Amino acid sequence: MLGRIQVPPEVKRGQPFPVRVIVQHPMETGFRRDYNGKVIPLNIVERLACRYGGREVFRVELGSGIAANPYFVFPVVATASGEIVVEWRDDRGQSGRVSALVKVA
Amino acid sequence: MALDAAMKRRAFIALAVGGAAAAALPASAQEVQDIRPLVEAITKGAAPEEGGIEISLPPIAENGHSVPFTVKVPSPMSETDHVSAIHVIAERNPRPAVATFHLGPWSGRAELSTRIRLAGTQKVTVVAALSGNRFRIARKEVVVESAACLDEGSLT
Repeated sequence: MLGRIQVPPEVKRGQPFPVRVIVQHPMETGFRRDYNGKVIPLNIVERLACRYGGREVFRVELGSGIAANPYFVFPVVATASGEIVVEWRDDRGQSGRVSALVKVA
Repeated sequence: MALDAAMKRRAFIALAVGGAAAAALPASAQEVQDIRPLVEAITKGAAPEEGGIEISLPPIAENGHSVPFTVKVPSPMSETDHVSAIHVIAERNPRPAVATFHLGPWSGRAELSTRIRLAGTQKVTVVAALSGNRFRIARKEVVVESAACLDEGSLT
């Protein structure tokens, strides 16, 4: 599954910086019908989590009330330069992962 | 011959329009649900403090499919005093539990943005869980001109 992560090019140690994540996913509610009247089955990303500096720094449990192509902006305190990883999983077991490099000044 | 075809088409259109109206009926009757059990499940009986949460939503959303939503909870975000979770509840959605965010002192700030679906004009409720088993609750009204989940014509 496709996704994108964005962090500022350089962050200050000890200061929170915004992490932007977007995941390509239909987030089907299970309430819609196709043109033949058949229900389109539920298919949503259930969980998305972010790891940075050896710990989980953000997690969200999603419901069908999150719009298609889930987009999140959340803050994380800059500790050390390194990789920031966001992983997610949908209700069919499909998962995805995106990462970026955090440069701490 | 031509008249016959026109009649058939007219009958077909009538059927199609009627069908669409019938299909839209149960959907438009989406009721505001009692979200108190949901809030109680989060607070586990503790009485939440009113306010202390800034919710940003457009006053009028043209389309309920994707409504920009930002929540900010003023907090020092220290080890002993921080926001640990933020719950978003939309009382008129068929599934009112929109999302639960988990934060901590490592977040530095309790501020989140996302895009939510809203099935009609309603109040969006945010419950924030703070350290020390404290809770805050706030609501924001949003007018939705065209609801999510309901119109079938938006298939892409």
